[in-house]
Amino acid sequence: MLTFVVRRLIGTILVVFAITVLVFLIFFHTPGIDPARQLAGRNPNPGTIKLIRHQYGLDRPLPVQYVILMKKLFITRDLASYSNQGELVVPSLVAAAPVTLSLVIGAAVIWVIAAIGMGLAAAVLRGTIWDPILMILALIGISMPVFWLGEMANLVIQSRYHDFFLFSWVPPLGYTPLTSDPWMWFKQLVVPWLVLSVLYIGLYARVLRNSLLESENEDFVRTARAKGITERRVLFRHMLRTSLITFVSLFGLDLGVLIGGGALLAEVVFGLPGVGFLTYHALTSLDLPVIMATVVYGAIFIVIASALVDVAYAYLDPRVRLA
Amino acid sequence: MSSASDVLLDVRDLKVSFRTEDGIVRAVDGVSFSLRRGEVLGIVGESGSGKSVSMMTVMRLIIDPNAIFEGEVIYKGRDLMKLSQDEMRRVRGSEISMIFQDPMTSLNPVYKVGWQIEEQLHAHERLSKRSARARSIELLKAVGIPNAESRIDDYPHQFSGGMRQRVMIAMGLSCNPDLLIADEPTTALDVTIQAQILELIKRLRREFDSAVVLITHDMGVVADIADRVVVMYAGRIVEQGQKSQVFYDPQHPYAWGLLGSIPRLDRERTHRLPTIPGQPPSMLAVPAGCRFRPRCPQAFDRCAVEDPPLLERAGDGHLDACLLPVEAKRERRDATIRPVPAKGPA
Repeated sequence: MLTFVVRRLIGTILVVFAITVLVFLIFFHTPGIDPARQLAGRNPNPGTIKLIRHQYGLDRPLPVQYVILMKKLFITRDLASYSNQGELVVPSLVAAAPVTLSLVIGAAVIWVIAAIGMGLAAAVLRGTIWDPILMILALIGISMPVFWLGEMANLVIQSRYHDFFLFSWVPPLGYTPLTSDPWMWFKQLVVPWLVLSVLYIGLYARVLRNSLLESENEDFVRTARAKGITERRVLFRHMLRTSLITFVSLFGLDLGVLIGGGALLAEVVFGLPGVGFLTYHALTSLDLPVIMATVVYGAIFIVIASALVDVAYAYLDPRVRLA
Repeated sequence: MSSASDVLLDVRDLKVSFRTEDGIVRAVDGVSFSLRRGEVLGIVGESGSGKSVSMMTVMRLIIDPNAIFEGEVIYKGRDLMKLSQDEMRRVRGSEISMIFQDPMTSLNPVYKVGWQIEEQLHAHERLSKRSARARSIELLKAVGIPNAESRIDDYPHQFSGGMRQRVMIAMGLSCNPDLLIADEPTTALDVTIQAQILELIKRLRREFDSAVVLITHDMGVVADIADRVVVMYAGRIVEQGQKSQVFYDPQHPYAWGLLGSIPRLDRERTHRLPTIPGQPPSMLAVPAGCRFRPRCPQAFDRCAVEDPPLLERAGDGHLDACLLPVEAKRERRDATIRPVPAKGPA
C-alpha cells in the first residue's frame, strides 16, 4: 500500500509538470499570437507590452520563459493582472479558494450521504413502487441545471417567499468566512450546498443502485449468503463495499472538477466569490493572467483529487495495489 | 441398514418453477432423494438439468421473487422450506455449507481470505478474534495451504484457482457442517488440480465426518468419490442407486449415454466418441410422456404417452424411470455401450 502511494505521488508530480508545460505552450506559443499583447488585456499601451515582454523574458529561450512563468506562479507569486490595475493574481486566487472549498466540500458531504441512502433504498426496495419513484426523482434531479435551480431557489427564498417562516432565517447572498462567523457561514451556504448537490445526488444514486443490483448476481455475494451471515451484513459488508469502488472513482473526479473551477455556475448564481467566480470575471474581461493561473491551479486540484481517488481506490480494492 | 435416524437429508417431491415472460418454467419437477450421515451422493446431469437449482433450493439461496417452490426438504427432522429467514440463516454455513463452481469469483475480492473465514465463524459461534484467527489458520492448514500463518493475510487474487477452491473448502468446513454441498467444485480447475481437490474432499470427509452432495456433469468425478449416484435429466431424477449399480448396471438409456461418452483407456480406441444426439428439451415445452424420448434411440410407442415414474425396477434400491423391461434394457445396453465387466463393487 505504501509503495503504491509513493508511486502514485511521483506520477502526480509528473502529470502536474506536463500540465504546466502544456498550459505554458498554449498561452505563450500559439502560433500567430503575441503573448505580451494578450497578457496586457484590452487596449494596452505600447509601454505595457514592452514591460511585459521584459518581465516574462519573452525575448529569451523557451525553457527560460517557462521557468520565469513557473516562478511567477508558484514562488514569487507576483503574476499581475493588467486589465485590473495590476492586481496580483495568485493572492486573489488563494483568497477565493476557501470559498470554493466550503461550497464544494459541503455539497459533497450532502450528496454522498443522500446518494448512498437513496441508492441503497432503491436497491433494497426493488420490486416495490418505491424503486421507480426514487429513480424518477433522481432523474429529475439530474435534469435540472444548477443555474436554473439556483435562480429558482433565489427567487423563492430570497425574494418572493422570504418572509415565509421556513425561509426567513436565510441571510442575503454572499459569503462569510468560517473563521469569522461559523453560523453565518453555514446559513449562507446551506442553499448553495443543496442546489449544487441535487444533480450529483441523482447521478450517484442511480450509479450506486445499478452497481448494487449488479453485485447481487456476483458469485461472492452468493457465497456470503451461503455462509449464513445476516442479510444486512451481506448488503453492507459485501454488496455496498464492492459497489463503492465505482462510486469513489466517480466521486474523486467530480470533486476535482468542482474544486478546480467547475462550480462556476453555482458560485455566480449565489454570488460566492470563489475560484469559479474569479474565472467567470476573468473570462468576461479577457484577463489572461488570471485565466492562466486558474487553469493551472484548477488542473493541479484535479490531478491531486484523482491521485487521492486512486489511493482510496487502492484502499477499497486490493487488486489495484499491484498494478 | 438405514434406520430413520440415520437419514440426514430427505428431499421429498421438490419442485422449483420460475415465472418468466414466456410462461412458467419448471426447472425442478418432483425430485426426491435422501442422504444418510457421512454419505457421498453424486448428482449428475447436463447443464440445465436442475441439479444446481435443487441444491440451491435446499440451501434456500434462490432469492428470485419469481421463483415458486413446492415440496419438502427435511433436514434432521425439520422442514427447511418452512423455517423463517433467520432460522435458515443459522442453518446455512454452520449445519449445511456450500462451495461453488468458480473459485475465481466466489471469494470477495476486497477482503483477506482469513477475514472471510473468520466472518463465517463469527456468524455462528461466539468466539474471540484471536481464536477465530487460530481456527482459520488451522483450517487453511487442513486444506493443504502452505504457510497458512502468512497466507491468511493475503487477498483472493494472490491465490491460484486451485488454492482459492481450497480456501472455499476451508470456509465451507469452518463450522463443522454435517452436510457439504459442492456444486461442480472442480469444473473450473485444470485436471491435475481437479484430482487434488477431489482427494482433499475425500480426506476431509473422513476427518470432518460430513455428508457430501457433489453436483457434477463429470462421471469420472462421481466414480472417484460418490457412494450413491443420482442422474438428473430435464428437472427429474431418471436413475438413482449405489455407485456400483449405476456404473456397472446402468438402467436408463440416458445414463448409458453418459457412461458411453467417456473416453476409456481399457478399450481399443473407437473412431469417434459416442455422443447423445440432440439437446435437452426446453423447460417451457417439455415433451409429453418420457422427457428423454426425443433423444432416445430405444424409444417405443409407450414412451410417447406414459410419463415413466421413478421406480425400483432393477433390484435393491436401484431406481430408474424407463419403461423398457429390465432384461430388454440390459440386452440393448450391452449391444450399444458394452459397460465395464462387473468386478464387483469398488
